[in-house]
Amino acid sequence: MRHLLSIADLSKIEALSILNTAETLSRVSDGPMKKLPTLRGRTIVNLFAEDSTRTRISFEAAAKRLSADVINFSAKGSSVSKGESLKDTAQTLQAMGADAVIIRHSASGAAQTLADNQWMSGSVINAGDGTHEHPSQALLDAFTIRKHLGHDGDDLTGIRVAIIGDILHSRVARSNVLLLTMLGAHVTLVAPPTLLPVGVESWPVTISYDFDQVIESVDAVMMLRIQLERMSEMFFPNAREYSRYFGLNKDRLAKMKANAIVLHPGPMNRGLEITADSADSARSVILEQVTNGVSVRMAILYLLLAGSQELEFSL
Amino acid sequence: MSLALPAPDMARAITRISHEILERNSGSESITLLGIPTRGAHLASRIATSMREIAGQEIQCGTLDITLHRDDLRLRPPRALMPTNIPPLGVEGRDVVLVDDVLFSGRTIRAALDALGEIGRPRTVQLAVLVDRGHRQLPIRADYVGKNLPTSPSQVIKVHMTELDGVDEVTLEEGEM
Amino acid sequence: MTEKYLIQGGVLANGTQSDVAIADGVITQVGGTLDASGYTVINARGSIVLPGLVDLHTHLREPGKEDAETVLSGSKAAAKGGFVAISAMANTTPVADTAGVVEQVFRLGQEAGLVDVFPIGAVTQGLLGENLSDIGAMADSAARVRIFSDDGNCVSDPLVMRRALEYVKKFDAVIAQHAQEPRLTRGAQMNEGLVSSQIGLKGWPAIAEEAIIARDILLADHVQARLHICHVTTAGGVEIIRWAKSRGMSVTAEVTPHHLLLTDELARSYNPIYKVNPPLRTEKDVMALREALADGTIDIVATDHAPHATETKECEWQEASFGMLGLETALSIVNLTMIQSGLTDWSTIATRMSATPAAIGRYVNHGKDISVGNPGHVTVINPTATYRVDRDLVASKSRNTPFHGTELPGVVGATFYNGALTYRAGA
Repeated sequence: MRHLLSIADLSKIEALSILNTAETLSRVSDGPMKKLPTLRGRTIVNLFAEDSTRTRISFEAAAKRLSADVINFSAKGSSVSKGESLKDTAQTLQAMGADAVIIRHSASGAAQTLADNQWMSGSVINAGDGTHEHPSQALLDAFTIRKHLGHDGDDLTGIRVAIIGDILHSRVARSNVLLLTMLGAHVTLVAPPTLLPVGVESWPVTISYDFDQVIESVDAVMMLRIQLERMSEMFFPNAREYSRYFGLNKDRLAKMKANAIVLHPGPMNRGLEITADSADSARSVILEQVTNGVSVRMAILYLLLAGSQELEFSL
Repeated sequence: MSLALPAPDMARAITRISHEILERNSGSESITLLGIPTRGAHLASRIATSMREIAGQEIQCGTLDITLHRDDLRLRPPRALMPTNIPPLGVEGRDVVLVDDVLFSGRTIRAALDALGEIGRPRTVQLAVLVDRGHRQLPIRADYVGKNLPTSPSQVIKVHMTELDGVDEVTLEEGEM
Repeated sequence: MTEKYLIQGGVLANGTQSDVAIADGVITQVGGTLDASGYTVINARGSIVLPGLVDLHTHLREPGKEDAETVLSGSKAAAKGGFVAISAMANTTPVADTAGVVEQVFRLGQEAGLVDVFPIGAVTQGLLGENLSDIGAMADSAARVRIFSDDGNCVSDPLVMRRALEYVKKFDAVIAQHAQEPRLTRGAQMNEGLVSSQIGLKGWPAIAEEAIIARDILLADHVQARLHICHVTTAGGVEIIRWAKSRGMSVTAEVTPHHLLLTDELARSYNPIYKVNPPLRTEKDVMALREALADGTIDIVATDHAPHATETKECEWQEASFGMLGLETALSIVNLTMIQSGLTDWSTIATRMSATPAAIGRYVNHGKDISVGNPGHVTVINPTATYRVDRDLVASKSRNTPFHGTELPGVVGATFYNGALTYRAGA
């Protein structure tokens, strides 16, 4: 494994080894050792051609705890937004000696394009590409679900997860469907029919248009951010109607199983897909997701970068 | 392949090291044993058991994974991380005894000292090893040695422990040159 | 005296072995074994001797994007692929919506002298789908335009389409429609289906193509005009055309070589070399297209040769241009998908790639069979020889072939245009 582009590229063993490594690292960084010398002298570039403060600072924190040098290359004011081609950007980063590029891009497949061409030699980590995938988010979600509902070292067999919202445009949903089902969980997608992709019927999931029917039987609900632009594109009539059918609120929260949890990849639209009391309830693990994100990203960086890049990573 | 340390000798070495640690530190109260995974961790817990029997007191014993502090990470494929468990009294002001199976170049111990330094400031740091095979590359020596085993650099020392390998013994194999 | 050629030992499309003599621009003798003295001999043993190929759908990029292709470089690529006539699409800069532009392209084709370059005129001014272009002026110009198309854009307004279909009847011309409902395909990147759902590229539903095909067939029938459907890609589109033909409606349709072979699975690589408009569809569609071409539901093969400069393909998929090269590999792909698969024979291929396209375009000097007195337009192909496609060795100015590195069967050995040897393998 040289790159992390898609959950589809991971074997179950590799996915579990990332989660287990993250588990160990989370204990290390919870405990006395805040900073580790592991990636000293390695240069990691955060190439964010699309805004995402959360993911960027999470990767930055992970890299810094492992003592890597971090260069932030953000969209605003950078050459990426001035029409410089991805190729030229990659060649520039190569010339600067980047050992890894963490890329966030609005085009699906941008991370893979970066990895497949010979423009640069470093590792490529996909931090979200268009409406394709967001593998580190899925890994931190699986990590969080396992911490609450599973056992250390185990997969997620038998755990039932519902993902609610804009599946059509969600890279978080795509990565999570692949990862959670690979780990043995049962996934139900809940969305208005307009926000489910044509072809979804072949995914290894259950589809529902009815949140209320699903909520009582699942162990975890993952609420997706709904973008208000979708209204003007006629995916649903208005925000009120969306909230009524697909929002998480006090009534639905009350119907959940005793120890079921609520996840959200953030940033939240409080009052739209999730009410404030739901987001702040005891079931919510949304802030833990943020904490776990750093450990999971440390694990990714460790496994991709700490060892020899010539020797294949296999566990 | 030759048997460098059969099971009875290994047991005796562990007992002797336990006595020596207690003697040197005049008792067990200030001592924290930290085994370096994998086999060092098992050795540490055996030493702790032995010290407990001798002194009749609880022994602080934990593990310290040094993978993230290694200086040879880039020479090999990524390694799986092992657990670090610092016992309740921590390391601050304690007499920490690092425990490992084989002392060779000394690089593992250097990494362990770095890792320990991140955690706190022990009063003293001591080192116990089952086998010292020589060929040090750093100015490091062990305080407690089960057996000094003269080797050539190409030879391979293998420590087997019942917990992992079903048998207690140390073997010496001719490596490929 | 021009050079005289004897194509020796080949097999005609109808299966008879026959030598073919060409002199003074025409076919002078056709027979079992002819006397070679005084002729330059072209060894065609093991090869098929076809009437010169005619393409109704070619993007030459001149004027406007001469870095990607010119009339001359496109003509070379055409001759190398076995073509003797190509049809230059109107989406140049400026758009071919006036007599001036089509005459310029026509003249450049004549100067290149390797194939007949027949310009296609835009249906609407600037390809904007609003006002009709100078259709009469283009039809009456030196270029004698008989095909009008906004290709690249769909003539989506039904009233504009109706008027265009009716108006071109005066010139015995045809409207070639790029069937793509624009509202259903805004921002679309690839076929909408399982693959697009997984890789997160915006889907291009088959229905967006089929809805326009159905509408235009009904419109054309209503006004009793000729309609040609460009690059059909879906099984559903095939069904609609089959229905129309069974009712005796006047519609013709084309399929591209790449849609006879490639599927949307290739998009998983995110390599924009596979990004094309209309998009690659599924295996089921590919099989339906092959069958339709064999049974005549689809009348012709057209290349949709679409050269693009390197930088427009060396980027993220969604930033990349649509289109792929086609002229040089067309006959090999047809050989692979239609002949070697056992679906059809060379006689049918001669019809689909020469006679029928010439008839649709009213190219009166083309599409005639290999008989004494017919123009010296001949293509020689060895169907069993193979070659490896190399994008660095193409005659086109661009390199965007999706077949780079692929071993293809069917080597064009020689192309004759008006009796002149315009391409010879290994020469």
